[in-house]
Amino acid sequence: MRRFGHLLVPLLLCTLWLPAQAQAPPGGVTAKDTPSDDGSSITVAWEPAPGARGYRIERAAAEEAFETVGEAEADQRRFEDTGLPQDVPFRYRVVTLGAGGFEAASPPTAPVMAQPQWFNFDLFGVAFACVAFAGVVVWYIARARRGEKLFLRRIAGLDAVEEAVGRATEMGRAVLYIPGTGYISDIATVASMNILGEVAKKTAEYGTKINVPNRDPVVYTVAREVVKNAHIEAGRPEAHDPNSVHFVVEYALAYAAAVSGIMVREKPATNLFLGYFAAESLILAETGASTGAIQIAGTDQVTQLPFFVVACDYTLMGEELYAASAYLSRDPLMVGALKGQDIGKFLFLLLLVFGSIASLIFGIDAGWLLATTGY
Amino acid sequence: MSAEVVWVWVGAFLTLCILSFLYRDNPFYRFGEHLFVGVSNGYFVAFMFHRVIRPVMLEPFWGAVQTAGESGLSWELFNPIAPQNFLLIIPGLVGCLYFTRFIPGTQWMVRIPIGIFMGYYTGLSVPAYFEGTVFPQMRGTLVTQSDFSAAAGSSSIDGIWALVVLLGVLGTLSYFFFSREHKGIWKVGAKTGIVFVMVGFGASFGFTVMARVSLAIGRFLFLLRDWLGVIS
Repeated sequence: MRRFGHLLVPLLLCTLWLPAQAQAPPGGVTAKDTPSDDGSSITVAWEPAPGARGYRIERAAAEEAFETVGEAEADQRRFEDTGLPQDVPFRYRVVTLGAGGFEAASPPTAPVMAQPQWFNFDLFGVAFACVAFAGVVVWYIARARRGEKLFLRRIAGLDAVEEAVGRATEMGRAVLYIPGTGYISDIATVASMNILGEVAKKTAEYGTKINVPNRDPVVYTVAREVVKNAHIEAGRPEAHDPNSVHFVVEYALAYAAAVSGIMVREKPATNLFLGYFAAESLILAETGASTGAIQIAGTDQVTQLPFFVVACDYTLMGEELYAASAYLSRDPLMVGALKGQDIGKFLFLLLLVFGSIASLIFGIDAGWLLATTGY
Repeated sequence: MSAEVVWVWVGAFLTLCILSFLYRDNPFYRFGEHLFVGVSNGYFVAFMFHRVIRPVMLEPFWGAVQTAGESGLSWELFNPIAPQNFLLIIPGLVGCLYFTRFIPGTQWMVRIPIGIFMGYYTGLSVPAYFEGTVFPQMRGTLVTQSDFSAAAGSSSIDGIWALVVLLGVLGTLSYFFFSREHKGIWKVGAKTGIVFVMVGFGASFGFTVMARVSLAIGRFLFLLRDWLGVIS
């Protein structure tokens, strides 16, 4: 034993040294300008190194030392270095972090620069859908303008709008139109403004008073113009009362308190809640129901629809709100847009059915058709 | 009596004013309602000036004027994304057109900012809607082999739920299809869809009622604990 004692220390050192020798750097390290971006990032990719516990990504500008820009888990194969200046060359290297603190760095990559691209091809599907959707809508608008009768099925809540305005006329009371508590950027508010035009036209024809309290200053301005136009189109501009559309308050719950007060004091015969609604929906609908008014509501806010369903006589759910203006006016522009939406829905329905069948039976992933960011 | 106690009494009085509406409309409710509306409007005007108009419009524009005065005009002062730039005057002037309805004969000009505003938001929202809502939801609805695959961390039960979601989406899409009467296959689809919609509404209703009840509890806690002190 003593004869071999002098070999013990070198053997022990070799045991410690072996893992370091086994720790290889990642292979195939590449650095490329990230495609379809604004020119602020470079993507580094590599092949895994055996036994790696993680990776450290280092960057160096020309003639400068490498510095750490990020770390990656052992199962990661790429890293996106963001926030870079454009057209500045950088070199990268990836360091394997091994057991026992041992590291192994890959050779540096060739210099690469971050550059912007004109088109984001990750969003090609979105662009295609927008163009196709616009094309179908324009095609249907053209057909409607040529006088072609385009079919729209009956929607119960919308038939009731005329009945509700007629009821207010018979009772000699006002129609209260609540355009919601959203902004003009909300699609529901835009739809509400379209419906307001048709309702105001009917009230102008029947000589019924309309009251439109508003929460948002911009929506208020739009609503004023819509009601004024409706009276002109109905041939009764003299019947237009500029004070029928008025601003109340911006804070939604204060608005709900004020409108509740209007309902119990003026007792309108008809309450129309059409647009974007949030927490105030139940306060408004319940107060209106307690006054005995006929109530028609419509919103695309799924969390508020149940309250309208239980407290109102008719409720337009989601898409029905968007369809309402086309259905009421039969305006070629709106009917064409609605038909275009229907075609879009039908195509998505087909995609879901056939995409699922293709995936389940043939193993074909149809998800790439719906890619948005580097699917 | 400390200032805090005074404000608790004021808060309790106003809470009771608003709650009195549960009985009927009355002068106390009207007082609370008008005070609420007045205070909210005052706060809104101050908020818009100090948090929007001044930091977003006036200060960057005035900064550009000062920079131009000190170092002369440069293209950087016309860069729309620069912190100080003269281009802010364009949206500022367009926004001022909202006030033309107060000037007789120029009311038609109010349609310019309305048109720009609505056109901008419509253009912005359509691609965002496809990218942020329609495409991700459609992708999530597609049933794939991985929904049934143990290797992908799923089980056959997960696969069945994925099929139920697909059925619900197809039915709901059928219900909201306006170009056909709900007859034949469309009737089956629409009936299925409305069942899913109503189940969803029921779940949402219960969830939101719970949230509202917690708000009511918060108000009663204020009255019973902070004001009357009958509970700890």
